[in-house]
Amino acid sequence: MTATLENDTATEPKAGEIPSFEVTLRVRRHLPESAHGEDSFWDEFTVLAHGTDRVLDALHKIKWEHDGSLTFRRSCAHGVCGSDAMRINGRNRLACKTLLKDVNPDKPITVEPIKGLPVIKDLVVDMEPFFASYREIMPFLITSGNEPSKERLQSAEQRERFDDTTKCILCAACTSSCPVFWTDGQYFGPAAIVNAHRFIFDSRDEGGSQRLEILNDKEGVWRCRTTFNCTEACPRGIEVTKAIAEVKRAMITRAF
Amino acid sequence: MAATSPDLAAPRSPYARKKVTRTNYELYSWMFMRASGVVLIVLIFAHLWVNLVAGEGVNAINFGFVAGKWASPFWQVWDLLMLWLAMFHGTNGVRTIINDYAERDGTRLVLKLFLYLAFTVVVVLGTLVIFTFDPCPTDAPADLLASFCTA
Repeated sequence: MTATLENDTATEPKAGEIPSFEVTLRVRRHLPESAHGEDSFWDEFTVLAHGTDRVLDALHKIKWEHDGSLTFRRSCAHGVCGSDAMRINGRNRLACKTLLKDVNPDKPITVEPIKGLPVIKDLVVDMEPFFASYREIMPFLITSGNEPSKERLQSAEQRERFDDTTKCILCAACTSSCPVFWTDGQYFGPAAIVNAHRFIFDSRDEGGSQRLEILNDKEGVWRCRTTFNCTEACPRGIEVTKAIAEVKRAMITRAF
Repeated sequence: MAATSPDLAAPRSPYARKKVTRTNYELYSWMFMRASGVVLIVLIFAHLWVNLVAGEGVNAINFGFVAGKWASPFWQVWDLLMLWLAMFHGTNGVRTIINDYAERDGTRLVLKLFLYLAFTVVVVLGTLVIFTFDPCPTDAPADLLASFCTA
């Protein structure tokens, strides 16, 4: 059956049409240069959103149509660059991977910066402590001897061993969901350990014992309390707590 | 006029971990918690069963009952092990809680000093009691003493 022009369906919703709705976002603002000073405050915006919109789309709408001073990081907007991790309705998520319809748009949706890192402006935090920990575990291939003239070969099984931890996009959702990290920010944090795991269990890498030595620190893997906050927060579905446990086990087998 | 360049503060102090510790201390402490936990389950539940369930049960507990237990080297060692493991296990647990929740180093230091003081007092007193306990005090009424007290 072909569609006909005579049928006037302008007033009726078409089959498969995306529903539109009003959604309210409560955004945690931090504007040191405004009258608010160093105090953070809540700001509410109500925007028209569609069923396929993500939290990031709503934030864009606020920034482009309501308040241009709203500041947040985003780059690829498709869950790969790891720029827009934020605390949405009390849970760390990527704004670009969270559909509005999945976080109950009937009630105001709270959007805060990730915890445990110094806030610079609105949803933008200083990521330097996070990346400092990442650099400490030496996230690069360490080998000895002459460089081979061809690829460093690895079997599918050897690759599978650390496959899960190669997925990390360094968004800091895990580290900033960790209550131990919140205390004083001295703990290496799940993300650094995940990226150490990625090399420790890589058959081509020879820096395993150095990395284990680094993470054997007082602020290393032993501060993990296995609360699984990191595993729940990871937008890439990495089994973070399991990876930390595997690093712990590697240290114990090395020590005894 | 010789102008000296003003002392400029660094744009921002680079983030650095306060102290680097590369000993196996935390590793051993983590292992100890698991091992002592398993041993303590056996020690404590056997202790509870012997004291509260076996024989006449809880009604049997009096000075004589405890004196009778501590007259035997087996229960001396058992209770000593239980005391030490429980104190080390508990103190280490509270130490990690202090590390996790105290935000300032000063708070951390004070709390840990209190903790280690309490640990020392309990362990020293407990050990002293277990080894110097006199099951048959000379001037005590006979009906309160253990059956093997002849004096």
